[in-house]
Amino acid sequence: MNTKVKIAGIELKNPVMTASGTFGSGAEYSEFVDLNELGAVVTKGVANVAWPGNPTPRIAEIHSGMMNAIGLQNPGMEVFCERDLPYLQQFDTKVIVNVCGHAPEEYLAVVERLADEPADMLEINISCPNVNANFLAFGQDPKHVEELTAQIKKVAKQPVIMKLTPNVTDIAEIARAAEAGGADAVSLINTLTGMKIDINKRTFALANKTGGVSGPCVKPIAVRMVYQVAQAVNIPIIGMGGIQNAEDALEFIMAGATAVSIGTANFTNPYATVETIRGIEAYMEKNKIEDIRDLIGIVK
Amino acid sequence: MAKLKMTSTVVSQEMIATDIYSLWLRAEEIAVQAKPGQFISVYCKDSGKILPRPISICEIDKEKGMLRIVYRIAGEGTKEFSSLVSGDTVDILGPLGNGFPMEEIKGKKVFMMGGGIGVPPMVQTAKEAEADVTIIAGYRNSEIFLKEDLEKNGRLVVATEDGSVGTKGNVMDAIRENNLTADVIFACGPTPMLRAIKNYAEENNILCYISMEEKMACGVGACLACVCKSKEVDHHSHVHNKRICKDGPVFLSTEVEL
Repeated sequence: MNTKVKIAGIELKNPVMTASGTFGSGAEYSEFVDLNELGAVVTKGVANVAWPGNPTPRIAEIHSGMMNAIGLQNPGMEVFCERDLPYLQQFDTKVIVNVCGHAPEEYLAVVERLADEPADMLEINISCPNVNANFLAFGQDPKHVEELTAQIKKVAKQPVIMKLTPNVTDIAEIARAAEAGGADAVSLINTLTGMKIDINKRTFALANKTGGVSGPCVKPIAVRMVYQVAQAVNIPIIGMGGIQNAEDALEFIMAGATAVSIGTANFTNPYATVETIRGIEAYMEKNKIEDIRDLIGIVK
Repeated sequence: MAKLKMTSTVVSQEMIATDIYSLWLRAEEIAVQAKPGQFISVYCKDSGKILPRPISICEIDKEKGMLRIVYRIAGEGTKEFSSLVSGDTVDILGPLGNGFPMEEIKGKKVFMMGGGIGVPPMVQTAKEAEADVTIIAGYRNSEIFLKEDLEKNGRLVVATEDGSVGTKGNVMDAIRENNLTADVIFACGPTPMLRAIKNYAEENNILCYISMEEKMACGVGACLACVCKSKEVDHHSHVHNKRICKDGPVFLSTEVEL
C-alpha cells in the first residue's frame, strides 16, 4: 500500500500534517504522538520579530467548534531558528514553517532568514483574520495575492504554499492568483471570521471582538472550497477545516486535496493525527486501494 | 510517565453545595503521577462540545489510583459532568500544569488561601504539606463545602461574603481580623482575590504562589490561548506572556501581572 504523496517535489510519508497554530512546534504534542509518524509538522506562524498576540480571552467554544483570536503570538524568527527548527530536525518528518507578517517586507525578512535553514517548505499565512485589519486585504484581493506570492518566490529557497482565507466571495479566483504568482501549492481553509457575544457579561466572548471559527462546524464549507479550488488550479492543495478523523480527511482528499492538516481536533483528541493516519490505511485496505494518490480528486 | 488522555471510571459523585459537585474518578495512570495544584481536562460526551474543561485536582489517592475533582456548574459542559454516576466513564487528560512547589514550604508557616471554587485544590495541597498550615477559605455564604476535608489537614479559618460563618468579607479580611501571619502563601481563586493577595504578599515581603485560570483549548502549552501577563520577557514565549496551562497554573506572584 502506498500512502506517500508529493508536494512540489517534496515527498511526505503520508498525507497527514498538523495545522499551523494548533501544534506549536511539535514539542508539546510529542508527549502524545510520535512525530516521526506524521507526513509533516506545520509550525505555528513565525514573524520577523516576537509578537505578543491579543489580550485574553483568546478563545471561546461554540457549537461543534471554537473561535480563536490568539493574534499570532510567536517568539520571532531568531528564536525559532535557534530553538524550534533544531528540535524538529530530530524527527523523520517534513517541516513546513508557517510565515506571518504585517507587511510584505516582514514576510520577506522571514523567508530570507529561513533560506538556509532546515525547513522543507514554507506556508505563507496571508489570511489570519486576527491581526491588523488593514492587511486583511492581502489574502482577500487577488492582485495582492499574486504580487506577494511573486515577491516571496523571488527570495524563497524552499517551495512556497500560500494559505488562503475563506473570507472571500470567490476562493477559486484567489487560488488562481496564487498560482499565477508562482505558488507551488495552496492550503485552505484558514478560519472563518466570527463573533460570539456573552449575554451574561453583555460583551464579546473574545477580547478581540471577532475570532476565527474552526472545528467540525466549518468542514462542509472547507470541503466545498477545496473542491472549487481543485477545479481552478493545477498546483497541489493541502486541505483543512474541521478534520477530526480519517473519514473527514478522505472527504478532502476525494475533493482534490493532496494532503490534509489536522488542527482543532488536536484539542479534542491529542492523538487525532496518528489515529487519522491509521484510519486512512484501514480504509485503503478495506477498499483495496493500492495508492492513496488514486483517491485524490476522484470526485468530479 | 507522561501526561495522557484516558478513559476514567466514575467511582462516586455527590452534590456538596448548590451547583458544587465532588467527583471521584478511577484513573490510575494519572493519579500515580499527579501533584497538588495540578489539574485535569475533562471531555464532554456531547461531541458538539469539542474542548475539554480544565478542572483542578482536589484530592489524590495514589494507592487506589483515584482522583477527586470538585467543580461548580458553570455551563452546559459541567452540567453534563454533574449527571455522571458511579460506573459511568469519562475521558480525561492529565496530569496538567506544574502544581504548587511543596519544597518551598517545608517547615514553614504557610497560608493556603482559596476562594470559592479555588478552595478544592487546597485539600491535597494541605494534605501533602510538611508545614504549619493555616487554610483560609472564602465562600459566598454558609455553604462552606469541603470544611471537614480541610480541617483534617490544617487550621481552618473561614470568611463568608454574607457573614454567616467566620469573618464577614473575604480571605484578606480574615487575615486582618485574626492577625494571622505566614512565611509563604499558596492561593487559588478569582482574579480580584489573587490581586489582593499578591499586593499583600509583596508589601509584606512574603513569598507567594498563586494559581491562575483562563479559557483553555489544548491544555498542554501548544495553542497559546490561556496566557497571562508576565513581568519580565518569558524565556519560552520571548514576549511578556506565560502559558497558564503549561508554565502554570501556579506562578510566583512577582512573576505575573494581574
